[in-house]
Amino acid sequence: MPDAFYRTGSGRTVIRLDDVEKSLLRSLSAQVIEFVAPDDTGDARDPLAIMVGIDDEARTPVDPALARLLPDAYQDDDDAAMDFRRFTERSLRETKTAHARTVAGALERSGEKVTLSDQEQASWLGFLNDGRLAIGTRIGLTDDNHAEIAALPDEDPRAGLLDFYDWLTYLQESLVQLHLDDLS
Amino acid sequence: MTEHPWVTIVWNDPINLMSYVTYVFMTYFKFDRAKAELLMLDVHEKGRATVSSGTREAMEIDVAAMHSYGLWATLQKDD
Repeated sequence: MPDAFYRTGSGRTVIRLDDVEKSLLRSLSAQVIEFVAPDDTGDARDPLAIMVGIDDEARTPVDPALARLLPDAYQDDDDAAMDFRRFTERSLRETKTAHARTVAGALERSGEKVTLSDQEQASWLGFLNDGRLAIGTRIGLTDDNHAEIAALPDEDPRAGLLDFYDWLTYLQESLVQLHLDDLS
Repeated sequence: MTEHPWVTIVWNDPINLMSYVTYVFMTYFKFDRAKAELLMLDVHEKGRATVSSGTREAMEIDVAAMHSYGLWATLQKDD
């Protein structure tokens, strides 16, 4: 398979995506935003707390996929983990939401050829990773059950999600390799 | 006052790419590629690696940064 992302002669980072691929990424972006965007709809939210980024309602998520995106910072100290979450979870949610919006914005302004700034590339890397974390956790991916999930019958939703996951992996790997070459 | 520094630990997971973990270590901690790859291999093969140490406050900043990249990280007292 050719590299998904590539550099032009003038050093621009480009990916070519057809309409179906763009619509898949747009839809993932919308889902990630819905999944992680801070919830400011409650009446009880303190505007000052929101302004300084404190979230008194932060809890360890019950949904394993969300818990993987917003993990505990302490393993054996629930109080410390909760304090950390109150002070950081909101900003983490905003970062991930911003990545997803950046991806949607780049798709929106582009045709088949999508050219990304340095800043946008960092957001794409974060977004592709968040998408893979959410989907991989949802389908129960482990170190050694990829082939097993791939062999599921087509009507099992996990099989289709794994295809999508593998494509995101291919995109992310391609963009990471460009950056590793830059850094080395 | 504690004598023990705190440490940031990155844990293995089945989803993060080895190349991406290396990229994060090089980008955020400014490690060279050899050091970043050694730590990445520790994460992958031993299940965890200590990637930074210092005050509790500094480790909380590092852990928050790892979470923003999507890595699974925690901090604890180094004992």
